[in-house]
Parts: sequence; C-alpha cells; structure tokens
Amino acid sequence: MIILTKSDYNRIVEHALRELPDEACGLIAGKIEDNDKIIKKVYLLTNIDHSNEHFSLDPKEQLEAIKDMRACGFVPLGNWHSHPESPSRPSDEDKRLAYDSKASYMILSLMDRESPVLNSFKIQGDNAEKEELVIE
Amino acid sequence: MFITVAGEKKEVKDGLTVAQLIVDENVETPMYVTVSINDEFVESGKFEDTVLNDGDNVEFLYFMGGGQ
Repeated sequence: MIILTKSDYNRIVEHALRELPDEACGLIAGKIEDNDKIIKKVYLLTNIDHSNEHFSLDPKEQLEAIKDMRACGFVPLGNWHSHPESPSRPSDEDKRLAYDSKASYMILSLMDRESPVLNSFKIQGDNAEKEELVIE
Repeated sequence: MFITVAGEKKEVKDGLTVAQLIVDENVETPMYVTVSINDEFVESGKFEDTVLNDGDNVEFLYFMGGGQ
C-alpha cells in the first residue's frame, strides 16, 4: 500500500494542470513502515523535455530534492508524472525506463480534465503491477 | 582519503576515479546514472578520467523519464 495525503494529491493535480499541454513530473519521498509506503513529501520538478509525450526530470532539481529528502530523514519512494491525453497506466516507454523494481511509479491521467485519475505502479521489465493507493 | 557518497562518509583509495567508484558502489544501471561532485555534474564521457579528491561529496542520480 502507498499512502498520499489529499493536500499532496491536490498539489500534484494543480501542478500537472498548470503544466499542460506538457507532461508534468516529480518525485515522492517519505517513510516505509511494515510494507506500506507513506509519502511525506511530494516534489514538483521541471520536465526538461517540455513535451506533451515525454518527460525527463531536471537533474539539478533532482539533486536538490535528494539532498532535501536526506535532510528531512525521508527515503526516495519513486516518482510521478502526468499523462495529459492518455490513461493512467505505464506506457511502453515508461516501462522501458523504469529500472528500479522497488520504486513506485505514479501516473496521473488528465484525459478528463475535470476528473483526474491517479494510480501507482510497480514495474519490473514489461510487467506493471498496480499497487493499492490510499489518498487520505 | 575520505569522500562522502550519497550522504555517507567513507574511506577510499587515493586516485579513485568516478568510473571505479561506480563499480565499487555496485551502481545498478550505470548507463542511466548522472554523477555530481560537490554539486557539479560530471559529463558521462569523463567518468574514467575524473579523479576524486579528499573531501569530495559525490551523488549518484538515476535518470528518471518516460512518456505517455
């Protein structure tokens, strides 16, 4: 299970809507208790591809985020990105570039701008497994 | 000499290169790793030639990207 606060969910959605038509992206960090991932902080990063179909995190911002996580006592839990025009599921490119089988890959679909859909996945090779996401 | 890797201070041999450190640290998927030394990014083609110095602060950043 992965747990996200409602306010952090709103931050993700607001940032992703603001970045349209481009994909938006960022990192998630927090704590792992038993087998649950508890997201304590969401990082809103720049998509240096500035693309509607691709994203790459800005390495400089990524470095700052990693240092901030360490300073806060959090561990990296994964990343998130938006799909402006497609469903909330990993694309072939998402799978190809998901090299960390322990990470959570959160995907926000904005196909329906009024009703965004956020899912979280674990990805290993070509297999993407949806994990239970609790927004509270 | 002592360097800090991902926030952890450790002793390494003098003259260690970034390429050797990547091997020593068992970095997975090194082709997707960006390395910074004291907040300066090292060009990926220069890992073999970049020698670390005492007190350096090294971070490994894993490329994260994708697309819809």
